[in-house]
Amino acid sequence: MVNRDVVISGIGLVSSLGEGGDAHWDKMTAPGVAPVTDAERFHPYVVHPLPEIDWGLQIAKRGDQRQMETWQRLGTYTAGMALDDAGIKGNDDLTATMDMVVAAGGGERDEAVDAGVLAASENRTDRDVLLNEKLTTELRPTLFLAQLSNLLAGNISIVHKVTGSSRTFMGEEGAGVAAIETAAARIRSGQSTHVLVGGSFQTEHPDMLLGYELGRYLHRGPWKPVWQRQGSEGGGVVTGSGGAFLVLEAREHAEARGQNIYAQLGPVVSGRTRRRNGGLEAGIAELISRTELPGGELLAISGASGAHAATAAEKAALEANPAIAARALSSLTGHMKEAQFPFAVALAALAVSRGAGYPAFEAGEKAFAGKPASVLATAVGYHQFEGMALVSAPR
Amino acid sequence: MANLKDHLGRPVVAVTGIGVVTSLGVGKAENWAALTSGKSGIHPITRFPVALLNTQISGMIDFLPSSTKGSSALTYELAETAAKEAVAEAGLDTGDFDGPLFLASPPVELDWADRLALYAGDKEGSGYERLLKVARSQNSLDMFETAQFGSIADRLADLFGTRGLPITLSTACASGATAIQLGVEAIRRGECDRALSIGADGSATAEALIRFSLLSALSTNNAVPAKASKPFSKDRDGFVLAEGSAALVLESLESALARGAEVLGILRGCGEKSDDFHRTRSKPDGSPAIGAVKAALADAGLREDEIDYVNAHGTSTPENDKMEHLSLSTVFGERIRKIPVSSNKSMIGHTLSAAGAIEAAFSLMTMREGVIPPTINYDNPDPSIELDVVPNVKRKAEVRTVLSNSFGFGGQNTCLVMAREPV
Repeated sequence: MVNRDVVISGIGLVSSLGEGGDAHWDKMTAPGVAPVTDAERFHPYVVHPLPEIDWGLQIAKRGDQRQMETWQRLGTYTAGMALDDAGIKGNDDLTATMDMVVAAGGGERDEAVDAGVLAASENRTDRDVLLNEKLTTELRPTLFLAQLSNLLAGNISIVHKVTGSSRTFMGEEGAGVAAIETAAARIRSGQSTHVLVGGSFQTEHPDMLLGYELGRYLHRGPWKPVWQRQGSEGGGVVTGSGGAFLVLEAREHAEARGQNIYAQLGPVVSGRTRRRNGGLEAGIAELISRTELPGGELLAISGASGAHAATAAEKAALEANPAIAARALSSLTGHMKEAQFPFAVALAALAVSRGAGYPAFEAGEKAFAGKPASVLATAVGYHQFEGMALVSAPR
Repeated sequence: MANLKDHLGRPVVAVTGIGVVTSLGVGKAENWAALTSGKSGIHPITRFPVALLNTQISGMIDFLPSSTKGSSALTYELAETAAKEAVAEAGLDTGDFDGPLFLASPPVELDWADRLALYAGDKEGSGYERLLKVARSQNSLDMFETAQFGSIADRLADLFGTRGLPITLSTACASGATAIQLGVEAIRRGECDRALSIGADGSATAEALIRFSLLSALSTNNAVPAKASKPFSKDRDGFVLAEGSAALVLESLESALARGAEVLGILRGCGEKSDDFHRTRSKPDGSPAIGAVKAALADAGLREDEIDYVNAHGTSTPENDKMEHLSLSTVFGERIRKIPVSSNKSMIGHTLSAAGAIEAAFSLMTMREGVIPPTINYDNPDPSIELDVVPNVKRKAEVRTVLSNSFGFGGQNTCLVMAREPV
């Protein structure tokens, strides 16, 4: 079995901080950078909103833009950035042979239609008939396609002509972990030469918040950084809109076309701890032990959501290794669900590529002054599934 | 002695367990008996009132305990039921599968019954503001689980003792085939000796039906439900929404032989090509579907003239059947008139996320039994589609190899090539 090196050759990022790898690096390495938050729109929840985006920069046709709701548009936009960055966009030979693994949830429902059904339900006992009445007359026919999980990948195929294989993995943070793990495994084994992988999340829709809050996971009241939410009102998660896409590539494939390489992607590991029985901390520690950590001081980009139990377990597991200095990216971006792990891997790649670490994102995060040769990226799901990867300098 | 490696030096992937549930019944025996007698599982909708709906028929699963408990509960039960049959047939312990799980299932959303129940939990405020208020003040963990994409696979992983992080995937109507493809690829990479691939779909809610209806995708032939799904017929007018599940235990041939398991068939090859033309329509020249069929044949190491039977995607929509014929006739040339091509969907409807897995299960049974299930309701052939659709009545035939097609919204095209025997 062949065992090819996997490298990261393109990065696309969007969050409340802005867009692009450079912009994120500049913002996130500026000491004491303040997060962008909105505490009004979804009170009592704080969200990290999208920046203003000129969609036309990556989605040329307005007709294409109109076919998508924000989540798909954001993912398609971010994917375009990654393809641009990797020198692949517009190169039909490369896009037609490119594989794709997208981590996706569902799209935005029509808030007004839903509210109309709910309001009318108070005066009706035949609620099933009411549903038929409202939905047959008020749903926009094309909205269905804007909601379907695999249509983010479908839109990327249409807009950016990525037409090798196309798989969509569903399931919160774990989908992002599995997407990167599978893409890397495909390249290592020779099943793929270059893969587009990532996801996006648009939190500025009440149904997206409801998805967390049914499990009472959302933090309430004044914003706090990730590691300081224990004991605060609510469940600890502050969400953010954003997207992260990576181009993963076989090293020889990237080198043969003279492409800049950010980083080498080392072991990607994943797990499913039976959390009901406790043991998440041990499960995370076991994953850390499988990532082949180098000796010495180590920077970690943690995707911790802030969810009380999961974040406490991750904190304890990371602190058990005194060499690790962790940065909780959600303190600056909010939790981006399916995009969380790809985002953490991208930030790790930027650090090894720039040869510098990130300052503490919040008081209490350990200093890291060295030049990182390797950076650990983690995503421990707020509810289930966990994974991590070791990202190293390109050599 | 069979080769343990394929033409590209990869482990040969065998099938050692099959499970299936459709509107025709639970389990392989019941399904096969109905399928080969040309019976339809399509019936009037009773799960919800059909007032104001253009389509009033479906292939819903109305006979399981979870049939009235919402999409998530039913999808789970369908997946569990099929997987139990498959794992038992493979002779493995139900709680200790020890290989990865790949689940094709529909994208989840909170059911309307739950939204309405939440809304009734308070009198103040309106819309989502009220839903959020009620959610944060009560324990809704059961509801929460139904709206998490990873929950069904998590429960299955618990029950079957699968290894690692389970993957839940969607490639729309190709999902079931993709779940199998992911299992095949993992075994070929040497990551595991076996994988559990499941396609399950219990998401035929009123909203789902209305959504497809608004896209003009569904048959409105309500008068005689059993006649509504008529792939390759001139008067076909859309697909019939349906539910179901299938599970395959995939295993390296080496592992299967080593433990003396019965080999039910071989997953010879998988091919895929996405379409960048349109969100619901295929590129007019059919090139992506053609590319997927060719890629599957190449992956299987078979020539066009080595395929004995095609298990068609055959949805009964005007667009699909025309495009599928175009792509098959392009790949197989004149010989396509002589290859039997039948559509299971004529009897079970379109089971969406489960379809690719169910049809792979039926393809494997077709080879083992030497009987090709018919395309029923073929009373009015479309003259522009010259295919041997195995009209209306099953046919005895020696079938050594099958091509099974799955095409989905969003430009998804996935084809599987299966063989009866190892080489």
